[in-house]
Amino acid sequence: MISSRSTSLPATKNARAAAIAIGVSSGAVRALSEILPLLPRHFPLPVLIVVHLPPGEKSALVDCFEGKCQIAIREAEDKDPIVDGTIYFAPPDYHLLVEADRRLSLSSEEPVLFSRPSIDVLFESAADVYGAALIGIILTGASNDGAGGLKAIVAAGGTALVQRPDLAQASEMPQAALDACPNALVLTLPQIANYLQQTVA
Amino acid sequence: MSELTHDIELSLLLEAIFRRYHYDFRGYSMASVKRRVHQAKEHFRCPTISSLQDRVLHDPSVLPKLLSYLTVQVSDLFRDPAYFRALRELVIPHLKTYPSLKVWVAGCSTGEELYSLAILFREEGLEERTMFYGTDINPDALQQADAGVYSLNRIPQFTENHRRAGGKSSLSDYYTANYGAAVFDKSLRQRAVFSDHSLVSDEVFAEVQLVSCRNVLIYFDLEIQNRALGLFQDSLVRKGFLGLGAKESLRYSQYAESFVELSREERLYQKRGGA
Repeated sequence: MISSRSTSLPATKNARAAAIAIGVSSGAVRALSEILPLLPRHFPLPVLIVVHLPPGEKSALVDCFEGKCQIAIREAEDKDPIVDGTIYFAPPDYHLLVEADRRLSLSSEEPVLFSRPSIDVLFESAADVYGAALIGIILTGASNDGAGGLKAIVAAGGTALVQRPDLAQASEMPQAALDACPNALVLTLPQIANYLQQTVA
Repeated sequence: MSELTHDIELSLLLEAIFRRYHYDFRGYSMASVKRRVHQAKEHFRCPTISSLQDRVLHDPSVLPKLLSYLTVQVSDLFRDPAYFRALRELVIPHLKTYPSLKVWVAGCSTGEELYSLAILFREEGLEERTMFYGTDINPDALQQADAGVYSLNRIPQFTENHRRAGGKSSLSDYYTANYGAAVFDKSLRQRAVFSDHSLVSDEVFAEVQLVSCRNVLIYFDLEIQNRALGLFQDSLVRKGFLGLGAKESLRYSQYAESFVELSREERLYQKRGGA
């Protein structure tokens, strides 16, 4: 499944990356399955992920990815310290935010663009804390969520990656992100996985 | 550079609100406060946080609206039904052994949690011997809580939650529909007191058997969380009960050892029986 093409990308400029934030909606499990299992053991960055989920139901994401990934996975809880080499999923029905002391916080403020958790909320607060050391990634989804957040990441000097809309299961979200951030790197899922591996190599 | 200015302005605004009006948001989770101050700034059409500060210092009439931005009022009747089911199964049997009961809903917002507990206690035959205290810092929310009127379009969700919480009665027994509003039965708050109380700055006011404080601590930093949990610990009787929100825990607090975990999943704790 995973292509081994090693496109040469300008990845090395991220030697100082401190965190990765991912936003994904419809088609999330398939898209994430092409990225998360490829993150190597001892991956030196935390990965913060918002997946749009229906409220009122337990999320199956941790169970779904736990056996497949080489790094730790958990559903975020309030005030969890952000640990490198750990994947954090936003819990259903809460916004996920990053605090200045590099802990996670949760909020049940109103949904943003009909979503709680909201990608914009995570991205904006993460951009605020990590600045240029943040890599923001928008994948498949049928929503406009994430476009504003990715813009905030770019404005703070961070790096923006967007899944190629024509190859995404739902193109609306990556296209909206691309419209907001025309200079974002537009990549396939294997290229994104490759980029992240190179970034920390 | 502009980020830095923004952070200075934010902390000055919170300092100004504290010194002028004694509402203390300085120990709140800043990422979320920052978002909400930004929204307030847009609402008041203030170009900067500094200009919002100027406005609120000199015009007390904007304070209520600003408070509505700074305090988050989101709740449902029987929100997280499994929590109420766990209360019913794990806590109520203990509470039935007390001749009289006091329950504290800390951060009660517009009252949904307190009415849920009042209904639960009535179903379990405990209501007659129970006093309910609902506290919050937002006067508008307290007023709404005391009125017990909710939009009729929220009733289907409330009803579904109540059923999933193991409700032994029909929710429609507790309200009357009136011009698009559901007016909850006055008898439910006959034994309820709603009052102003801050977990950040006020003290213990009663000895209680149950504290329910859900999705309130998430808005506090660890220091203020510790303060609030200290109040709960001091308020609770020996072997009293504490319920937190679904993603909150005692893990990062100094009180982790003072409580026994009764239900990990539903975040129910029991104060230890020792000295």
